[in-house]
Amino acid sequence: MPAMTAVTAAPPERPVDWVPLTIVIVLFVAVAVIGFLASRWRTAPADRGMKTLDEWGLGGRGFGTWVTWFLLGGDLYTAYTFVAVPAAMWASGAVSGFFAVPYTIVLYPIVFVLMSRLWSVSHRHGYVTPADFVGGRYGSRTLSLAVALTGIVATMPYIALQLVGIKSVLTVLGLGSNTNWFMADLPLIIAFLVLAAYTYTAGLRAPALIAVVKDILIYAAILVAVIYLPVKFGGWEGIFQAADDKLSATNPATGAPFGAVIPGAASFNAYWTLALGSAMALFMYPHSITGVLATKSRNTIRRNAMILPLYSLMLGGLALLGYVAIKAGTQPIDVNGAVNAQLVVPQLFSDAFPKWFAGIALAAIAIGALVPAAIMSIAASNLFTRNIYKDFFKKDATPAQEAKVSKLVSLIVKVGALVFVLGMDQSSAINLQLLGGIWILQTFPAIVAGLYTRWFNRWALLAGWVAGIVYGTVAAYNVVNPATHNHFGGSIANFPFTGIPVYIGVSAFVLNAVVAVVLTLILRAARVEDTADATRAGDYGADENDPTVVQIEREAAVEPGNPLAP
Amino acid sequence: MTSTDSPTRGPARPAPYVYSGILIVLAIIMPLLIPMYARHDPALWGIPFFYWYQLLWVFIASGLLAIAYAIMRREDRRRRAAVRDGRDS
Repeated sequence: MPAMTAVTAAPPERPVDWVPLTIVIVLFVAVAVIGFLASRWRTAPADRGMKTLDEWGLGGRGFGTWVTWFLLGGDLYTAYTFVAVPAAMWASGAVSGFFAVPYTIVLYPIVFVLMSRLWSVSHRHGYVTPADFVGGRYGSRTLSLAVALTGIVATMPYIALQLVGIKSVLTVLGLGSNTNWFMADLPLIIAFLVLAAYTYTAGLRAPALIAVVKDILIYAAILVAVIYLPVKFGGWEGIFQAADDKLSATNPATGAPFGAVIPGAASFNAYWTLALGSAMALFMYPHSITGVLATKSRNTIRRNAMILPLYSLMLGGLALLGYVAIKAGTQPIDVNGAVNAQLVVPQLFSDAFPKWFAGIALAAIAIGALVPAAIMSIAASNLFTRNIYKDFFKKDATPAQEAKVSKLVSLIVKVGALVFVLGMDQSSAINLQLLGGIWILQTFPAIVAGLYTRWFNRWALLAGWVAGIVYGTVAAYNVVNPATHNHFGGSIANFPFTGIPVYIGVSAFVLNAVVAVVLTLILRAARVEDTADATRAGDYGADENDPTVVQIEREAAVEPGNPLAP
Repeated sequence: MTSTDSPTRGPARPAPYVYSGILIVLAIIMPLLIPMYARHDPALWGIPFFYWYQLLWVFIASGLLAIAYAIMRREDRRRRAAVRDGRDS
């Protein structure tokens, strides 16, 4: 039948959908105004202009429990998550999609334990980045450079993926099908330039304030979707049945089923290592730590560990929308006519909701990309400023110079991400993000062990980091997608010397930790000197009212004969 | 005179940290024990056990952390008070 072939081969007609597009534009403009006004939010008139990294890069280090809840919620549960998790459920079921739920449950006990100590020592010493802490703890610029570079490299593709999230919304709205590439990408370019401008002006305060708007929109959209859509499509039982039928069918490319609604015993180890490894990795990302260090007191992050799981519940509901889309028969066809799973949720919203509500839901996803993109670019530029520019090029940089460099670098980072997404294949951003997760997990031993003990030798930690990165990269390269025969086909590989498939990040982490322990033992046996440490035991329990090192030194300076005077 | 050497908190008592530690470890281990919940029945409103059980753990883990927080905050206040009183006398 020629008519049928024509329908499947040709790109679908995607006329511009004016009602939702107007709502998205209005909300986007409102958010941009809020972003610029944020520079005046909770700022003393003397601090206007964001002249220090504490002001620009950490929002004045004064966010309380609720602001932090919105900020971290917007930071961790990104637009890409909202798009990719249901897409994975839609395409291959629970193992590659629903692991996000145990991942974001197990995450918070880990955060609860580790992050208040990191907050305390950073408050005491004025650390802005995780690499600052590693540098102070181990007295090693090399180790801190390794942590900083890992952070920057892992964050860049993550920012690029936020653009992919916005792009999927724009595609569904009917933009992007223009034959002229410049016109097709123009909305994305405008959105990102506006984002870059208000991040430059207001720093971390901009995403903090925008996150409030974004979260209200996203909670409304998901709550309605999870209640209304299952009813509309005949209840959960039918939805899970449809998902089971689709996923248990045989994939002609592999001869195995596409996936499973309930994971089989063969994928148990992949499931829990993905959840645990991702949870250990998430708060090693610079943008997560930026959110932690921006809080007011030691316990703010602990209280947040109790209330942030509400977002995990929402993520679980959103993941199930991938199955709802199967039942609804959603067709995620991209402008080039190919199936693009990333379009599943935006397309489902667009098909199943009244036009005005589809506009709100799509705007929530698009704005949801702006918040993490802003925080990530701030975190990456703070790393560059503190651990590369200041440590290696200008040791006597003033706070004002630091802020200036960071602001400029945040622009470069965002333009870089934009060029990356426009110029390169979308799948390379996804591959790099997958690698980024494995890489960032390799900074866990240096950062986390350092919070508790100075036992590890700094060179042993560096060697462990190298071993973990090399193994993780090679193992990920060797995963070949059975359908497309491309490398970096996934993040699961057999644990070395066994037949047990696990998350590569976890294998690399184990190797990293073993190398660090064994080398430390050897270097200690050889009595290699390694005692540099700028921190003291009391620093790890300091709270907001305990003086910082700078204050103590200033006090000591006016006391004659005090040995602490600088 | 304050110095960088002066402790911010008094010595810890182990019991509160052991109790809250157990709660925290439970919140990490339990959601990862996939053989316990990788099954369809009993379904709830048509949602297989595998899905609603994991979502239930969002609440349980949050509750466990809340108890651990209450225990640790009490001990933390005691330790800070111990240092403050020691400094004043």
